[in-house]
Amino acid sequence: MIARILATAVTEAHIARRNRWVLIAVALMVVFSLVLSAAGSAPTGALGADRLSVVVASLTSLSVYLVPLVALLMSFDAVAGEVERGTLPLLLTYPVARWEVLAGKLLAHTAILIVAIVAGYGVAAAITIAADPAAVSGLGALWRLTWTSVLLGATFIGIGYALSSLARRVSGAAGLAIGLWLGLVVLYDLGLLAAVVADDGGFFTTDVFPAALLANPADAFRLFNLTASQATAAASGVGGAAATIPLWQSLLSILIWPLVSLALAALAFRKVEP
Amino acid sequence: MTSTLTISHLTKAFGGVKALSDVSLAVEPGERVALLGHNGAGKSTLMKVILGLIAPDGGEISVCGAAPGKARSKVAYLPENAAFHSALTGLEQITYYMRLRGEAASGAMELLDRVGLGHAAKRRIGTYSKGMRQRVGLAQALIGHPRLLVLDEPTSGLDPVSRRDFYELLDGLAADGASILLSSHALTEVEARTDRLLILSGGRMVAEGSLPELRREAALPVSMQITALNGYDTDIMAALPDAIRLNGGLHLSCTQEDKLATLARISAMQEKVADLEVIPPSLEDIYSHFSRRDGQ
Ligand SMILES: Nc1ncnc2c1ncn2[C@@H]1O[C@H](COP(=O)(O)OP(=O)(O)O)[C@@H](O)[C@H]1O
Ligand SMILES: [Mg+2]
Repeated sequence: MIARILATAVTEAHIARRNRWVLIAVALMVVFSLVLSAAGSAPTGALGADRLSVVVASLTSLSVYLVPLVALLMSFDAVAGEVERGTLPLLLTYPVARWEVLAGKLLAHTAILIVAIVAGYGVAAAITIAADPAAVSGLGALWRLTWTSVLLGATFIGIGYALSSLARRVSGAAGLAIGLWLGLVVLYDLGLLAAVVADDGGFFTTDVFPAALLANPADAFRLFNLTASQATAAASGVGGAAATIPLWQSLLSILIWPLVSLALAALAFRKVEP
Repeated sequence: MTSTLTISHLTKAFGGVKALSDVSLAVEPGERVALLGHNGAGKSTLMKVILGLIAPDGGEISVCGAAPGKARSKVAYLPENAAFHSALTGLEQITYYMRLRGEAASGAMELLDRVGLGHAAKRRIGTYSKGMRQRVGLAQALIGHPRLLVLDEPTSGLDPVSRRDFYELLDGLAADGASILLSSHALTEVEARTDRLLILSGGRMVAEGSLPELRREAALPVSMQITALNGYDTDIMAALPDAIRLNGGLHLSCTQEDKLATLARISAMQEKVADLEVIPPSLEDIYSHFSRRDGQ
């Protein structure tokens, strides 16, 4: 079992390297982190926080968009690509379980994502600490951001596999992935914001809104990181009711989502007829 | 010894299209069986059912003593138009498949050499020709010691020399006791290299047996082409009322049983005949005799 998963992971890593996905993922994360840390190292002082914590807060806002995007880009082809190339029937006649195939791909894609995240955040941290050695006190926040980013990425990799299995065509899977990214990461928050404004402090704002934030893996990720560093109001833009959500609830959402999305992926893949 | 593969009364329809109707067959250990049929006859569908990729509508199938797809470590498959990821090298692809079968990946290079791909092992499959991709497919089917090889049009895209090498490989596998089921749409390709032929037509098994058996069963007429000496053709036609003029010569066909008697009558007219050619029914004739679709 382990040998088959590892064999699949190694093969996927070869493919990702040849298709430049490793390079693209790392370059995206490093470039955007550099831009942010350059902007973030301008003196702020306002929050009384160390510089690294400020950079982490802006990295959080960046990662909410970028990590799901990179994860979906790497994963949308996983099943539909095999179907379209015609490689799936042969693979399924091998003594390997379908979940083992997915686990192997997940291992490779997550590893690439970790490399990209560590490279991006690492560069940002190095620059910030070089400019202000006192910023090391923000390393805890950076570590929290790192592992939650990996979990957020794993969630969207799983979602990518599920979409890829449902679409069965690469073009369809790409469309679904972009649509889902726009929906969950961009439009979802806009919709909530509009509803909160219209609701003006009513039932929606107090009861539905917090649950809606927790239900979205990207929002839970942002909420957890900002709450943990007491910067919710400053950087989330939603403020208000979000600040009242206890930390353990957003943590739970972050931990459960990867499991849910991978279970969905495995279910969807089982339904694919070669 | 029990059969490696037994199928009885297998049926499969796609929507309204009956791809397979009441198909029964058995393949013994060490036997090479060719599955013949026109495009759309149901060969690939039959193979996918055997492999457990498609669920049948009815019938019983036993593959190496288990249900389809349950004895995957003993079964190898070469799909029609075998495809691989173009970004991988031949070596990486075969290494992956060997690991999935629990074989030491160190044998990958040797395997590629065996199918004549050693020189291209470290190039990306995207740069391979169709014949080379077919060889990668063949190499992966040889991994481990499969008891049953299911090969869907394995020789398509191979040149005649590679084709001969391929059948030599099969002979070796069959000698070791592996069963081989391979499909083709041309009888000429498989004739001498398989022990038994199965002909599918429109999803039905229409013939089964060795080539001599099928030849006898088809009982197709023998043709004769007679070239008369100048001016004697009318005499010959008078003696052989069935003869017709064709391409400037005389053409005659007769049943297998009448062959010798007819030849005797022709040789009795020796002084009037310039040349005689006897043309037995070709493999394609025998094949199309059986694989004609119902109503045609
Ligand atoms: N997945 C499918 N969906 C619908 N019809 C199919 C499918 N696969 C095969 N068929 C039909 O079943 C018949 C047999 O096809 P196939 O087994 O591929 O034939 P062969 O391999 O002998 O050329 C054809 O009429 C084909 O159109
Ligand atoms: Mg076919």
